[in-house]
Amino acid sequence: MISFGISKVLHTAQGKALLDVMCDIEPGELVGIYGASGAGKTTILRILAGLLLPDKGHISVGGNMWLDTTAGKNLAPQKRSVGFVFQDYALFPNMTVKGNLAYALQKGQPPAIIDELMELMELQQLSGRYPETLSGGQKQRVALARALVRQPKLLLLDEPLSALDNELRYRLQGHILQAHKRYGLTTILVSHDVPELFRMAGRILVLEQGKIVKQGTPLEVFFNEQAGGAFQLVGDVVDVNMETRVITVLVYNNVVKVQVTAAEAIQYKQGDRVLVSSDTFSPVIRKIVVS
Amino acid sequence: MTDYQPFLITFRLALITTAILFIVAIPLAYWLAHSKSKFKSVIETLVSMPLVLPPSVLGFYFLIAFGPSHGLGQFIEHYFNTRLVFSFGGLVVASVIYSLPFMVHPIQAGLAGLSPNLKEASFSLGKSKMNTLFKVLLPCIKPSLLTGLVLTFAHTVGEFGVVLMIGGNIPGQTRVASIAIYDEVEAMNYHSANVYAGILFAVTFIILLTVYFVNHRYAITKNL
Repeated sequence: MISFGISKVLHTAQGKALLDVMCDIEPGELVGIYGASGAGKTTILRILAGLLLPDKGHISVGGNMWLDTTAGKNLAPQKRSVGFVFQDYALFPNMTVKGNLAYALQKGQPPAIIDELMELMELQQLSGRYPETLSGGQKQRVALARALVRQPKLLLLDEPLSALDNELRYRLQGHILQAHKRYGLTTILVSHDVPELFRMAGRILVLEQGKIVKQGTPLEVFFNEQAGGAFQLVGDVVDVNMETRVITVLVYNNVVKVQVTAAEAIQYKQGDRVLVSSDTFSPVIRKIVVS
Repeated sequence: MTDYQPFLITFRLALITTAILFIVAIPLAYWLAHSKSKFKSVIETLVSMPLVLPPSVLGFYFLIAFGPSHGLGQFIEHYFNTRLVFSFGGLVVASVIYSLPFMVHPIQAGLAGLSPNLKEASFSLGKSKMNTLFKVLLPCIKPSLLTGLVLTFAHTVGEFGVVLMIGGNIPGQTRVASIAIYDEVEAMNYHSANVYAGILFAVTFIILLTVYFVNHRYAITKNL
């Protein structure tokens, strides 16, 4: 169980804001943090990893105190069992792909984990390549593999897929989920992509101006009422046809067409993020609005 | 007959100075690149002072400080049994201080230009500051290190004022090439002065050309 309560004054583009969050996370949970930029998402991860000191707070992980400002305790980042995947990947440019992973080995740790992770992340072909020759998706897989070498308790992902196109995102989400399950990780994923959070997170914290304003399952957070039906798909409106009253929704690579009434049709426009769910007979469409 | 001893002294001085500064400048540059201390500006100013201060001013203070009639000079003479004025040891100390910015600035700029995430990624992989510095940060700023090494070496080779003030012009001890040129011109010995000047010109040109060439090549391979 990971339990933390931290507060820190944030200096954002909109002026000062107080980051003040408290949260308990069960082992094996995958928690998403959702919010606009400047809400304090990355700050939370950096504080958990020990890269930033909050004004006050505590972090306890599996009974170990990592941080307790009242007792003056602050465990160095090196001593925290954390895997951190940075938004810009932060691969070491002077080392090959395999070198990046090998660097992460701890003293006395058997190197077998390297080959295991290279295989899991499909990196064998890239073993001798240097980071500057890799594509975004490849870099991301290396960064993820490197963060797992130490076999951390806690995996922190700072918008890891934001620079990638949809198809690649989808594949990498699969890689992350696979690693999360296989190594029994507790994972915190910062993202502003709703479909991503739907697919990956069991619980979502919505952060606004440094405060958790809402939390729950993706459905609870992104819809005011519980959506019923046999399936729910999150997608983007790509076309609204007023004559036929058909809304075309792109769900990843798939197109779903939904028949609506004329009154409903005028509420939607291209680019809206929507949830398509099935009632007994025909698909039903709803707009996604946070809060 | 041209006496080549001034060159031996010059290059010995430049090598020793560069080696000492390389060791001193790395921790100093690391601190300057990452520190948020209020004393940072003061230290930065002190490091940069030799860039703007006339060498004779610096040399004058060294002469006073290291002289046997002052506390520091007496202390060094008493405990280390050496005198730093008019000696090779004094030249080394003065050159280290005089060339400090030429080593510190490129390394500091190189370190400050790296993404802070590199350092933090290494920390979160359980690696110490030392390990991070030597395995990640320094290898990533090789061009800056090379620039620092070469500029320091070349600058020490070209020293005149400081060396003259604290070292004087003792053949075989403190007479470096730049002073030898001055000396030969004073003695109307233009042939020797010409040889000395020509050699210094050529050596400095080749050193700088090598740096620019290597750094240019490095930039090309990095942008593949």
